[in-house]
Amino acid sequence: MKAFATLLDRLVLTPSRNGKLTLLADYFRDTPDPDRGYGLAALAGGLDLKSVKPAMLRDLVLERMDEVLFRYSYDYIGDLAETISLVWDGGAKDVIDDDHQPRLSEVVTKMNSLGRTEVRSAVRDLLDKLDTSSRFAFLKLVTGALRIGVSARLAKQALSDMSGKDVTEIETLWHGLTPPYEPLFAWLEGRADKPVLATPAIFHSVMLANPVEPGDLEKLDPADYAAEWKWDGIRVQMSSYGGTKKLYSRSGDDITGAFPDVVGSINFEGVIDGELLVGGTARSNNPTRTFSDLQQRLNRKTVTGKMLDEYPAFVRAYDLLFESDLDIRAETFFERRRRLGDVIERAPHDRFDLSQLVPFATWDELDRIRISPPDPVIEGVMIKRKDSPYQAGRLKGPWFKWKRDPYNIDAVMLYAQRGHGKRSSYYSDFTFGVWAETPDGEELVPVGKAYFGFTDAELEVLDKFVRDNTVDRFGPVRAVRAERDFGFVLEVAFEGINRSTRHKSGVAMRFPRIARLRYDKLPRDADRLSTLTAMLDAKTG
Amino acid sequence: MKPEALLHPTPAGLFCPIGGFHVDPVRPVERALITHGHSDHARVGHAKVLATRQTLDIMRLRYGEDFCGEEQAAAFGEEIDVEGVRLSFHPAGHVLGSAQVAIEKDGLRIVVSGDYKRGVDPTCAPFEPVACDVFITEATFGLPVFHHPDPRQEIDKLLTSLKQFPERSHLVGAYALGKAQRVIRLIRDCGYHEPIYIHGALAKLCDYYAAQGIDLGDIRPATIEKSSPDAFKGAVIVGPPSAFQDRWARRFNEPLIAFASGWMMVRQRAKQGGVELPLVISDHCDWPELLSTIEEIGPSEVWVTHGREEALVRWCELKNIPARPLHLVGYEDEGD
Repeated sequence: MKAFATLLDRLVLTPSRNGKLTLLADYFRDTPDPDRGYGLAALAGGLDLKSVKPAMLRDLVLERMDEVLFRYSYDYIGDLAETISLVWDGGAKDVIDDDHQPRLSEVVTKMNSLGRTEVRSAVRDLLDKLDTSSRFAFLKLVTGALRIGVSARLAKQALSDMSGKDVTEIETLWHGLTPPYEPLFAWLEGRADKPVLATPAIFHSVMLANPVEPGDLEKLDPADYAAEWKWDGIRVQMSSYGGTKKLYSRSGDDITGAFPDVVGSINFEGVIDGELLVGGTARSNNPTRTFSDLQQRLNRKTVTGKMLDEYPAFVRAYDLLFESDLDIRAETFFERRRRLGDVIERAPHDRFDLSQLVPFATWDELDRIRISPPDPVIEGVMIKRKDSPYQAGRLKGPWFKWKRDPYNIDAVMLYAQRGHGKRSSYYSDFTFGVWAETPDGEELVPVGKAYFGFTDAELEVLDKFVRDNTVDRFGPVRAVRAERDFGFVLEVAFEGINRSTRHKSGVAMRFPRIARLRYDKLPRDADRLSTLTAMLDAKTG
Repeated sequence: MKPEALLHPTPAGLFCPIGGFHVDPVRPVERALITHGHSDHARVGHAKVLATRQTLDIMRLRYGEDFCGEEQAAAFGEEIDVEGVRLSFHPAGHVLGSAQVAIEKDGLRIVVSGDYKRGVDPTCAPFEPVACDVFITEATFGLPVFHHPDPRQEIDKLLTSLKQFPERSHLVGAYALGKAQRVIRLIRDCGYHEPIYIHGALAKLCDYYAAQGIDLGDIRPATIEKSSPDAFKGAVIVGPPSAFQDRWARRFNEPLIAFASGWMMVRQRAKQGGVELPLVISDHCDWPELLSTIEEIGPSEVWVTHGREEALVRWCELKNIPARPLHLVGYEDEGD
């Protein structure tokens, strides 16, 4: 546990990517199996560990400590896991030296073997045996709040750095392996052959596209690329092999249970990459429906017959990774697409269709097509090199996404809340509103919340405005001055807009972010709710 | 006599009306007793100053020849009479020359501990508990969250990082008086004997420590004129933390910022300060040391000053020890 805890302590404070890679690679090199494998799982988000409720941790600490002193401490530190790790009084017991503290693998095995009634005493015992920084790591793991700025991708890059193996090779294997990844490390260290995956019906890391940045396309020959529509659904992967049929989200979550209509219709073997949508396939001549309709089907464990009738799901296929059990990811995009076309042709027409190519000759032409797509559920175009192999991760070059420009409105800051982690001393979460006609006349109504998009320097400005112009407090939330002629106007960009029954304004934005601080505008210049509802109508109309 | 008649807080600092002196006054006064040389305790411009020889020397180094009207040196344990009040100075273990002041009149003794610590520090005399009726304690780290680890373990972190990132210049932030010299001494004790480079603000104090018999090894000025930037690759440079935000720090190769302070116990403090390598090394007591010191001395009353007063007062209440916060203003965290 000590090595992992030390790694976390360093990672949290190391801003540079290279610095993080050095720390990670050293950890993987120097830490024995199976501890490093569990450490890798914890960093890459694949660690299965029995969780502990914060309330129980608080109870445990108050068994030994005055409540008032605990409150002073928690107020000062602001993070429960960190507070407990610091105030935990293991002082009565002998301090256990680093070499004899519980190992990460022991902690994981122990926690996962516990019955419900045993958790409390086991956690108490572990807290006694660990040192301060290991206690912190342990508490972060069991409360599931490991936020240290390391992505799964970065962890895999570190494995690549330590071994000299190509990171895409590691990506390819990744989802077929489980913690503590001993065969993976054995291969990375040259002690064993490359692990062989048992079945292709597992999730395979998806290939992602980079957004088109100014200047990107000028350097590229349009003849080398193909375009297809970018549909506003969710990216999924279908795996079917030997009777096992699975549907995964793009991050690898198994969502098979929520989509029996799609999964039950699979009549092929192989792995298909596509977009999950609601409505009718192109072949059924029924329209594709909006993201908010799709949302009715998302985040559910099960689904009712009525939902299946009202919101029928289907998959628009983009790519073929495995043809039956044959890995064809190294083939070109066009070759994979040709084979995909054969598979889809034989698949049920109401549940599967093939994503259409969008013909174009020049980038300018594609730009015009992108801006006025033929269907409101299209959010832009995808650009793919005709000869690109299917490579996991987000490589720059082979695939691009070129979205319609995001929506923009000018809104007024209404409430602010302090952020978390690095931003805990800043007001960085902003609720903003627009003008609406109400029985009491024209008023600002909240329409959304944004907590990114601004620079550190802009955050200083925003934070100062909040502190100087607070008119009310509700717990952690501050209301700020927002009058016709005094307030802070924010230009908010967002990806889409849906009707919402949950918000008073009746609309909900997707991915709202603060695009610019409009010092030049007064609140009375901000947008009206009617502007937003018009965007809704334009979309569904 | 009530203790408040012998010593009580005023806007200028703790004041003894019978002896006509202040302890660590924050504004110029007629007669000042100074516990140690940190700038929030030792200020310039008093008419008369009574302090240990080393504290007087340090004040002279920092403020110049005429830092006060008249100085008087007190040896540890020596009894001094001021207007019928008996005074004596005792080691506080905080920095070189730091002292507690015992103030006694008619059988009532108050000890002003100043800043103090109980951990081992080869650069100054160790804290000596003095029996008293009222013990005035600092509470800089007066919260149960503060536990200062073995400082050598922290220095090991630095030495490990030097091996892990051999191309980066390791900039160690440490306050100029006390912490800097202690950190350098600790680095030597952990077996590192390469030259250590120091910021100009540390030079006079490091020389003074060395003259007082504290061997700091090969220390050199971190000036660019004399060498190329490559000279600082993988080197240890010690300087005041404020200098690291300054253009001064740009001369170093991929600097890795470390900071030696008790505050580094708190991750958020480290993160907000842009510190990559926090070294939890403090010249103050941590929470367990504060408690054990009060228990060891066993005063009939505890007064708590600068820092997180409320938690220590709460603890005293739970232990049935009469305690009150002094709410003195003007003392910063400079010493740490």
